[in-house]
Amino acid sequence: MIDGPADLSYLNILAAACLILANGLISLALQLKLERRLAIASLRTIVQLLAIGYVLAWFFRPQTPWLTVALLMLLMSLIAGIAAVRRVEWRYAGIWLNSIVAVLASSWLVTTVALTVVIPPAIWTNNIAQYAIPLMGMILGNTLTGISLGIDRLGEELAGKRDRVEMLLTLGATRWEAARDAVRQAVRTGMIPIINSMMVVGIVSLPGMMTGQLLSGADPLIAVKYQIVIMFLIAAGTALGTMIAVSLSYLRLFNRRHQFQHEKLSRR
Amino acid sequence: MSSPPILQAENIGRCAADRAWLIRNVSLSISSGQRWAVTGPTGSGKTVLLRTLVMLDQFHEGRLTWNGAEISNENVPAFRRNVVYLHQRPALIAGSVEDNLQLPFQLAQADGAAFNRDAAVQSLQQLGRDAAFLEKSSDDLSGGESQIVALLRALQVDPALLLLDEPTSALDADAARAVEMLVSRWLDDAPGTRATLWVTHNKEQLKRIADNVLTLQSTHERERNDD
Repeated sequence: MIDGPADLSYLNILAAACLILANGLISLALQLKLERRLAIASLRTIVQLLAIGYVLAWFFRPQTPWLTVALLMLLMSLIAGIAAVRRVEWRYAGIWLNSIVAVLASSWLVTTVALTVVIPPAIWTNNIAQYAIPLMGMILGNTLTGISLGIDRLGEELAGKRDRVEMLLTLGATRWEAARDAVRQAVRTGMIPIINSMMVVGIVSLPGMMTGQLLSGADPLIAVKYQIVIMFLIAAGTALGTMIAVSLSYLRLFNRRHQFQHEKLSRR
Repeated sequence: MSSPPILQAENIGRCAADRAWLIRNVSLSISSGQRWAVTGPTGSGKTVLLRTLVMLDQFHEGRLTWNGAEISNENVPAFRRNVVYLHQRPALIAGSVEDNLQLPFQLAQADGAAFNRDAAVQSLQQLGRDAAFLEKSSDDLSGGESQIVALLRALQVDPALLLLDEPTSALDADAARAVEMLVSRWLDDAPGTRATLWVTHNKEQLKRIADNVLTLQSTHERERNDD
């Protein structure tokens, strides 16, 4: 970084908020009835981000003990695990635990690798929070999408193709042979968003993280290197998380007697 | 003739999620060479019984043995290959008839056995169809043709016992007779070693396809008898 970024005053933010008024006017003109939701959403953006700003400022102080940082990251992963299920249409008993386990295992493993090998301690020196929390946040945000897409697709495939799954079982298929196509489809679905964004990054879109770094005055090449690292971390976390979540779901829905326990699966 | 029955159910029972019994105290013993039929009013659990017998669904009471022994978890796929259940509505995969017939040989249980195209063509000829039928897309099949493909697919795995869940209920008379004929030919090909169990509502059909009959009571009647 060349120097610290120029600060924005609250007046600047107010100016940006005026732009939202345009959305409100469109909503009124076309009777979209979105004004209320738009106002709430804008307010939440301000409140939530300011709050996290103060929280992060506190956590980034060098004297914050690492255990406190770890607890915050644990809390973040738990919330991500729960958020992943909230978007899932097809549910079964145990889905919450599976999602939390998948999020925890994948995000902690990938973040640990990131902070030991990819961005070694020599870089983050004594300020682990400033690296660990944003990295974890970005990995979590994408992993939870992968997990919820993956679990949802698995449920949809199995429920929609139950006759096919059972037909395979009646011909002597193992539970894995009967579920394999659905599992494959589910993992693919979970990974498509991150693969797509890796395809177009830099061409169609400039990722938010990189844009933020550029706006705050970072050297573009440094920003790009960080972005590449982040993309790969996110891809690894998403793949791992989706695979764990889908595998655990498969084990819940198919028992050791090679039975598809379709009655466990229900639509929200 | 002291060999154990292929499949034996002793006082088998399965209940629904709300703990109501779907079937209860059903006992049945099927030996090689036997032709069984299951009848009973709608809701008496005929499909539940068949699904339970091939362990597609769990049972909560009773005992199930295959060739005299209980079925361990790892033996379930081999068991289902030997006691094959045919759904009322055939489930075919997208692709040609031949793709469907090859399916059983893509499973680990096939253990190296390969699809025998000549045998498949021969079976089709007995049904008045030629080899071109193998190329037909499964989407273009009539209900009767689909059921025949599903049946041929099941027979290829050479089961000892075939459980048929009203396979002809949605078919016209000609198609129904074709299915019956295919099954009886299959039984005659190896006299005394194979067995069938049909679910049927049709009294005429019952006479043609079975020598032994198991009649299930409706849940309602069962409750009355328990009192």
